[in-house]
Amino acid sequence: MTEENVIIAKELTRTFGKFTAVNHISFNVKRGEIFGFLGANGAGKTTAIKMLTGILSSSSGTAVVAGFDINKQRNKLKEKIGYMSQKFSLYEDLTLKENIRFYGGIYGLSKAEIIRKTGEMTERLRLKEIENTLISEIPLGWKQKIAFSAAILHHPKIVFLDEPTSGVDPITRRQFWNLIYEAAADGITVFVTTHYMDEAEYCDRISIMTEGHIKAMGTLRELLTKYDSKNMDEVFKKLAG
Amino acid sequence: MKTFFAFVTKEFKHIFRDKRTLIILFGMPVVLVILFGFAITMEINNASIAVLDLSHDSYSQKLQNKISASGYFNIEDALMSYSDIEKAFGTGKIKLAVVIEDDFGKKLINRNNPSIQIVTDASDPNTANILSGYLMAIIQNFNREQGIVPATLPEIHTRMLYNPENKSVFMFVPGVMTIILMLVSAMMTSITIAREKELGTMEILLVSPLRPVVITLGKVIPYLFLSLINAITILLLGLFVFEMPMNGSYLLLLSEVFLFVLSSLIIGLLISTVADSQQTAMLSSMMGLMLPSILLSGFIFPVSSMPVILQYISHIIPAKWFIIIIKSIMLKGAGLESIGFETGILVTITLVLGILTVKKFKIRLE
Repeated sequence: MTEENVIIAKELTRTFGKFTAVNHISFNVKRGEIFGFLGANGAGKTTAIKMLTGILSSSSGTAVVAGFDINKQRNKLKEKIGYMSQKFSLYEDLTLKENIRFYGGIYGLSKAEIIRKTGEMTERLRLKEIENTLISEIPLGWKQKIAFSAAILHHPKIVFLDEPTSGVDPITRRQFWNLIYEAAADGITVFVTTHYMDEAEYCDRISIMTEGHIKAMGTLRELLTKYDSKNMDEVFKKLAG
Repeated sequence: MKTFFAFVTKEFKHIFRDKRTLIILFGMPVVLVILFGFAITMEINNASIAVLDLSHDSYSQKLQNKISASGYFNIEDALMSYSDIEKAFGTGKIKLAVVIEDDFGKKLINRNNPSIQIVTDASDPNTANILSGYLMAIIQNFNREQGIVPATLPEIHTRMLYNPENKSVFMFVPGVMTIILMLVSAMMTSITIAREKELGTMEILLVSPLRPVVITLGKVIPYLFLSLINAITILLLGLFVFEMPMNGSYLLLLSEVFLFVLSSLIIGLLISTVADSQQTAMLSSMMGLMLPSILLSGFIFPVSSMPVILQYISHIIPAKWFIIIIKSIMLKGAGLESIGFETGILVTITLVLGILTVKKFKIRLE
């Protein structure tokens, strides 16, 4: 099988007035890859994700995501991607099952598919007993897993995770990364932003953004060698400092 | 269509699971109509008054009897001197004092222009106006009985058309309906959209294949539906509990309700394009929408007695035109031809705001 690029970004730029949030970034993400998108707050990560998910148009440059142009083929693009925000956005006043059904519904899955996938999911996450519990009564770590499962329910080509592990304890984070690996093994490309440097080490490839530019990109080993560091924390400090 | 259905189902679940929303939606209209209908009324009965009778003759006595027999007034206090008037008002018991001048009867017989002074407590100007109006009518009536209608003054017969008993509930039912519809449509829609933004679910919706127009319609349609139910509830209460007449066409009335609800929903959407939190949404709809609608629509205070600048502002308040429309249809049986102007204004406001909202939404997405 040839290596297929699911994201091809070319000179992607976004300005707000005089401020350039994302400044001519270019990169490719391969199919099935876990791509870590790192950067301090305000580095332009969120703006980049917004453009790649088709909710913000680019000022110049373009990107092709899952085979579709982010500016011209938004509607088709949106069917092929999944998204999870750092707020683990689920509806608090709906039950687990209702949330999943809703997400299935807005991605146009059939009723039978939704029921089958909900069953599979609650089985796999061992959440069968709480499927009729309101999300507001479910602990944070579980919500995170549910939100992730909802984001990949329609089996997107690529899933964007915006700081998916913020505010969660290390053990739950570790478990969450297992879910990410499972999804990647399943052929879903994972585009993840994080500010936990140890998490960056779980990614196949890493890019580091500062002030709208991509400063460095490569596998963990490549980056450690290039910047002569023992871990990502050091790499990051050298780049940002 | 399937995605739209999934969305609307979710909206209804939100509505029916939130007790606060339910109370606002279904409790408040009923409570407000009943409250306004029974408790808060502009009619005044048995107002306490004091009389300073300086004449003490049979005529002044007759006049006093007539005043107390009217049912509007209760003569609480017979005063002895002018200085007592101030004191009587000071106790807060009386709303009005009548002074009958010395030799009232004699002057009356001699056709010598006897005079009566009415002193009112204008710290409550509305009541003061209404009471002095009632009293003057009684005195005029008394004059007529005594055969002293001044030749120069034409006799005035007032006939209250469309609301012969001058029931204030006829005013309140349309008013409450307007306010409720505005509240449900504009405030609730803006709050639910702001809630999605607050929870971060709006981002998820925007990233999903749902078109913005589907999201918007999905938010609006449940409230449109509930508003129509509310309008019908209030209408039924008005008709059967308060015996309001319904002289016009139901179809026309409901179409106008639909139009007004639509304009309010659009205002709600417009608010939600600027408000990022539920609290901001609620405050802006309260301050920017509910207050002007209640105060400037003519619901409580007549527009014609407002300062000119406020009168101009009142022209752009949809509630004002809607109240005129409902009253015309229900009380006067007006058809579209006689409320065409008001309807036209509502349509214009709706269109202008609609275009503005669509533009604002687009900007957000760019």
